[in-house]
Amino acid sequence: MQKPVKRGSGMGISWYNPRVRSIVYQAGVLAAVIAVVWFFTATAQENLERLNISTGFGFLDTTAGFGIIQTLIPYTEQSSYGRAFLVGLLNTLSVAVIGIVLSTMLGFIVGVARLSPNWLLSKIAAAYVEVMRNIPLLLQLFFWYFAVLRPLPGPAESIEALPGVFLSNRGLILPDPVLDAGAGLFFGALAAAVVTGFVLVRWARARQRATGQLFPALRVAAALIVVLPLLAWAIGGSPFHLEYATRGDFDFSGGVRLLPEFVALVLGLTLYTAAFIGEIVRAGILSVDRGQGEAAAALGLRDSTTLRLVVVPQALRLIVPPLTSQILNLTKNSSLAVAIAYPDLVAVFAGTVLNQTGQAIEVIAITMAVYLTLSLATSLAMNWYNARIALRER
Amino acid sequence: MRNPVAALLLGILIGVGGLYFVLPYDAAAVLAGRGTTPATAVETEPGAERSGAGETLRRVMRRGFLQCGVSQGLAGFSSPDERGRWSGIDVDYCRAIAAAIFGDGEKVRFRPLSAKDRFTALQSGEVDILSRNTTWTMSRDTQLGFDFAGVIYYDGQAFMVRKSSGITKAEQLAGATICTQTGTTTELNLADYFRGRGLDYRVLSFEKNDEAISAYDQGRCDGYTTDASGLYAERLKMQRPEDNIVLPEIISKEPLGPVIRQGDPQWADIARWTLSALLNAEELGITSKNIEEMRESENPLVRRLLGAEGSYGASVGLGPDWVIDIVRAVGNYGEIFERNVGVDTPLGIERGLNALWTDGGVMYAPPIR
Repeated sequence: MQKPVKRGSGMGISWYNPRVRSIVYQAGVLAAVIAVVWFFTATAQENLERLNISTGFGFLDTTAGFGIIQTLIPYTEQSSYGRAFLVGLLNTLSVAVIGIVLSTMLGFIVGVARLSPNWLLSKIAAAYVEVMRNIPLLLQLFFWYFAVLRPLPGPAESIEALPGVFLSNRGLILPDPVLDAGAGLFFGALAAAVVTGFVLVRWARARQRATGQLFPALRVAAALIVVLPLLAWAIGGSPFHLEYATRGDFDFSGGVRLLPEFVALVLGLTLYTAAFIGEIVRAGILSVDRGQGEAAAALGLRDSTTLRLVVVPQALRLIVPPLTSQILNLTKNSSLAVAIAYPDLVAVFAGTVLNQTGQAIEVIAITMAVYLTLSLATSLAMNWYNARIALRER
Repeated sequence: MRNPVAALLLGILIGVGGLYFVLPYDAAAVLAGRGTTPATAVETEPGAERSGAGETLRRVMRRGFLQCGVSQGLAGFSSPDERGRWSGIDVDYCRAIAAAIFGDGEKVRFRPLSAKDRFTALQSGEVDILSRNTTWTMSRDTQLGFDFAGVIYYDGQAFMVRKSSGITKAEQLAGATICTQTGTTTELNLADYFRGRGLDYRVLSFEKNDEAISAYDQGRCDGYTTDASGLYAERLKMQRPEDNIVLPEIISKEPLGPVIRQGDPQWADIARWTLSALLNAEELGITSKNIEEMRESENPLVRRLLGAEGSYGASVGLGPDWVIDIVRAVGNYGEIFERNVGVDTPLGIERGLNALWTDGGVMYAPPIR
């Protein structure tokens, strides 16, 4: 049997052709997946119809009617469920972002401390890691929440640390900075300083590469970022004023407020995740061969330079992928917020909205899609960063 | 896989097999008009079983016990004691149904459900009946695929505050922070109350009542709100119950009732008439103590209720002695009320609205005849 032989299909359409075989397998798997999805969708739809449960996403435009204690965007009881969803999402994001930054910083400190030759420091770091990662996060959240609340006085006896700064069990209340005319100059100066600093650093790096001459670009840039806006501030005649919170019968009104629920959640998530990140950092640093440090020392590099230019870049290659999982974990763990009444996405949307509308499938699907999107976006960003710092073999 | 034929068969089996399970499923539904679910669907989702007329009762009988959804612990309504035995009004209602079905009020298992999970549990068939201080509202009745069997307790939302705050009226709460539980009608009532009066407020919604109470107790909130009956029950859990008072204002109507899935009229009848039987028994003076004498009664109303005349039990798929079994197991409505929340219990709640219509309340059951 003579057939025109194509590349990669040595035997034409025959079972013994691995290409054909793999296509058949894959078609089978695909058909099975489609069948299963179809089956579940059909069953769910049938049941919903039979039980007279209304479906669809129309409820997102309906008036929500309930209050939320922390809203980063304007929200009232007359706002829609869709708006409540956004409020919850932003609350989740704010906790996640702050938690990620803090836990990464603390994690690096703990990881380095555990490797310190100082016996006490390394043992303290070890004890911290072992305690934090072996106690369930939910318990820690309760602990922090009620531990934060217990010593704080009521709003009537609140501690006034600085003029206009009040600390009570209603939260930390700060004066609200309000911009006056002339603030534009300040922000313009700040932006100009940042851009100039960035350009300066790049120029210094290029020059060092070309000529070997060093220029203290970072220090100059930092000075620029401090001095320029200050100048603009002075010229603009300090274009801010602070609006102080006023004390009412029960509580303060006005001002900027940091809720105890928020503090407890950030504290709990940060301390818990930092323990894991600390171990990841320690593993990363230990993975760098001792010879690398010795070679750097032999070249006459200082310890700090060795750490910055030799050890950390190599350790990062091992640190970043597991760090990504910890960041994802922190974001997902923030959904425990509902236990301590922080109004995150799960509490507001998958809690109150779900109960008021009864649209379980839609609400849970949206909530899952949000967490999936957040996780995928984080992974994507971290993978991009990982690819940038990965060892480039030449 | 070495054998290509076996591999091919496997591939086809997985693919076509999946389709096989789906195709006849839809086809059968179309052919049968109203549709019967094939065995495959039942096996995959036991709860989603088609509950046509009589199906729920058949399923309960086959299983041998009633699966009853209750709250996670609300004194007087449903709470387990130290030996794990449940008691409360909501619990006794489920025992009454079990008694009506099996003649034995103990053939019931209680599933504690959070406010948030309760409806999904009923929708999915995890519980046969939801007896969990649930407010009867139009949206729940019409949009969730449920029916309410009636009202077992007329409640209303109120506030609790610390005595030391000097508050005596709910309107003085302007600007206050209020703790509550998420996933209930209370959040909406609270918002409506303050919004309607143009007052400012802050709300902190906890997933579990215990955390809400403990946050209030530690001074995080100025007030705590839930149904009045719940306030009295929760007050018992506080460090110093006597330092807290319940404000007199009732800001909402909360008719609490048992909930069943739509689509099984017989099961709805059982739930509704069990409740009516409890109320009618009280109205006719039938108690767990005098039930044996009452069987000899000449009063036609009593004779019909206790199955001596007519066959009212059979019309809902139950035996003729169904009311006798109910009263033997849990007593009449008045007995249930006094035993669980009445003035001689720690809760000390007056009958008030929940007294029979003949005693100045609004409890009025349709007659059994």
